[in-house]
Amino acid sequence: MADALQPLTLSGAAAPVRGRWLRAIPVATLLLFLGPIAAGLIGTWLPAFGYLPALGGESFGLRPWVELAAYPGLGSSLRLTLVSGLLASLAAFALAVGFLATCYKTRAFFLLRRLLAPLLSMPHVALAIGLAFLIAPSGWLARLISPGLTGWERPLDLAIVQDPHGLALALGLALKELPFLLLMMLGAIGQTRADQRLAVARTLGYGPVMAWIKTVLPAIYPQIRLPVYAVIAYSLSVVDMAMILAPATPPPLAVLVFRWFHDPELSLRFLGAAGATLQLVLVAAAIGIWHLGERLAVRLGRRWLFAGGRGHSGPWLPRGVAALVSLCVGLSIAGMLGLAVWSFARRWRYPEALPGEWSLDNWLRQSDGLLWAGGTTLLVGLAAAGIALVLVLGCLENEKRHGLHPTSRILWLLYLPLLVPQVAFLFGAQVIAARFGIDGTWGAMVWSHLLFVLPYVFLALADPFRALDERYVRSALCLGARPGRVFWTIKLPMLLRPVLFALGVGFAVSVAQYLPTLFAGAGRFVTLTTEAVSLSTGGDRRVIAVYAFLQALMPLVAFSLALLIPAWLFRHRRDMKVIE
Amino acid sequence: MTWPRLAGALELHQLGLELNGRPLLGPLDLAVAPGEIVTLMGPSGSGKSSLLALICGTLDPAFRSSGEIRLDGSDLAALPPERRRVGILFQDDLLFPHLSVAENLAFGVPPWVRGRKARRQKVREALAEADLAGFGDRDPATLSGGQRARVALMRTLLAEPRALLLDEPFSKLDVALRARFRRFVFDHARAEGLPTLLVTHDPADAEATGGTVLRLGEDPAAEAAPAAPALSKATGG
Repeated sequence: MADALQPLTLSGAAAPVRGRWLRAIPVATLLLFLGPIAAGLIGTWLPAFGYLPALGGESFGLRPWVELAAYPGLGSSLRLTLVSGLLASLAAFALAVGFLATCYKTRAFFLLRRLLAPLLSMPHVALAIGLAFLIAPSGWLARLISPGLTGWERPLDLAIVQDPHGLALALGLALKELPFLLLMMLGAIGQTRADQRLAVARTLGYGPVMAWIKTVLPAIYPQIRLPVYAVIAYSLSVVDMAMILAPATPPPLAVLVFRWFHDPELSLRFLGAAGATLQLVLVAAAIGIWHLGERLAVRLGRRWLFAGGRGHSGPWLPRGVAALVSLCVGLSIAGMLGLAVWSFARRWRYPEALPGEWSLDNWLRQSDGLLWAGGTTLLVGLAAAGIALVLVLGCLENEKRHGLHPTSRILWLLYLPLLVPQVAFLFGAQVIAARFGIDGTWGAMVWSHLLFVLPYVFLALADPFRALDERYVRSALCLGARPGRVFWTIKLPMLLRPVLFALGVGFAVSVAQYLPTLFAGAGRFVTLTTEAVSLSTGGDRRVIAVYAFLQALMPLVAFSLALLIPAWLFRHRRDMKVIE
Repeated sequence: MTWPRLAGALELHQLGLELNGRPLLGPLDLAVAPGEIVTLMGPSGSGKSSLLALICGTLDPAFRSSGEIRLDGSDLAALPPERRRVGILFQDDLLFPHLSVAENLAFGVPPWVRGRKARRQKVREALAEADLAGFGDRDPATLSGGQRARVALMRTLLAEPRALLLDEPFSKLDVALRARFRRFVFDHARAEGLPTLLVTHDPADAEATGGTVLRLGEDPAAEAAPAAPALSKATGG
């Protein structure tokens, strides 16, 4: 049979060299990724010590630090940063752990799990604006109960939003971080056979909550440690949400630094660089303290475990926690609804519960600006998410084909852009980009978004990709399909759902970016996010609502498509449905 | 040992497997003639499935192997799995869930069958052979276990393999179905003159082949000291 000989006439020596270009992808990804951060950090540290020749800083010195220390209000600014950031991190962590410990596999659990994607898709800025419109003295909540319950005929003169302690900011941050932590914990639980652990503990007489805390939490914590650190870093260094929810005088440190970087007075760049470096130290210290807390908890926890307390299983605790979490979710969703209502309001007098007159005017009048900003947002988001997806798929496919087993150190690198405060390196990166003449270009914009999009795309795709039954691939190979063909015709279609979901995640992350757009875009690009933030400092609520609502809508639409497209494509393939 | 060099045979020569520096299997000498079915039995972890993966070229790089695998006289080591033309059936049918039954079968039809018509004809013949004429457009998920198993075998055979590896493909089927599918597979393997290697836990499978049975790693000491799982009965016939 002549056919039988056909493969043997081809050069067998070709085998070891294939996939060589694939091998380059992880390296390229890391360079693309770590390059700007390392360069940006150095580019920030140099001016922090007085060196920035472009602005006349020719020699090293401590003057920026002396100025920073003498800056009036720095102390209260730091206090505000720490209180709001740590409070938010702690609250989000405690609520996430508390919810899973008390409500694991209850109805509330399954309901919340279904709400996670839309909650995650909410951009920070839209969430902050929605929350502000909700809880402000003249906000929707006050309007709903006034004057009937409260007797308020005019808004109270009370700083609920932008309160001096940063509690509104802490609340906003907690609302945003809670779904993220829950998602990461759910992913970790999926890999620990939690149900078996719980069953064993329950049969040994432990109450449900105690069983969860003693057997599941210790198993999943190592896997959620980095996400928790990312939450701490983000909460301590957030700028966009802080500009909306935190007080302006003095603002949190990150906002202060951001202002110095954008002050018309160029000499303030040195002060900004010192502040940015202090921001980095602050975040590192906070993570270090949390880490010490972990160790203490482990030590105390061992004793506590050994003591063998079974815990009670009263109904009040699950109900209380579920109520708190529901409140958080409810505030987020109500905030979005509020944005929608405001965007279609023509007149909405206090204290009416709903607008007196509705219209499309706000949308029509803003249509030019919306198209521009929306178009830029869409293009950058699609480009960043698309490139990230290609790189992540390349890395994962390379890992599979060469049988690599990624270490936890790689994961640290992946998390780096989420652990290093944005203000701490974006300025330096911009300075360097300007030297190469690429600042303010589309390329720089997309690249800067990519830094933050890529980790999330990787996190969203890695588990499903690695979990795909390798025997499908082997079967396909043994049927004579080349690895490339197996990838395109078997793996990608089978993974279409998580692939599109990861694309949606990437797009949502890009849409939400504020600082990278301003720094890498050199102020030349207007996105829905930058527009919503700049309007929020004292604009017309109806106009702000239009931008914020569209900002929230775009990722939501992306996620919906990510769910609907595979569902439609595989409507006649039963085994391609989600297994739940 | 003499090196038989049988035309069309699958030959293993001094084949050994190592994982993390620990010998897992072998060295093993074995020759499977065309149409012959050799059974490999042994406890879990004795490296049976790894041996099959080594032969079809999909073994995890964490393993190290030594020795030689020849198919129809030529060395397989340099070939990537897709050029070895070694068919394999697993415990699960592994029909691709996003493709229809006919598309699954067409995935196996080799590229040298050119033209839509010719390829479709191949698929149609395979469906008829599996007693599934008219099932081409069906979602594999709607087929019964026995039907899916037959489709999986036909898909493997359509790729025109030169040897067949069976990694416990009967173990998930119920007893009645099992015997029937087993006969179906063996009949096809013999009819196509494929050297066939079967890995199983079930003595009934081994009996049904009526051929050579190899037992791997049966030495109870191998459990305690897994340094060198012995090959208690090494024979190539």
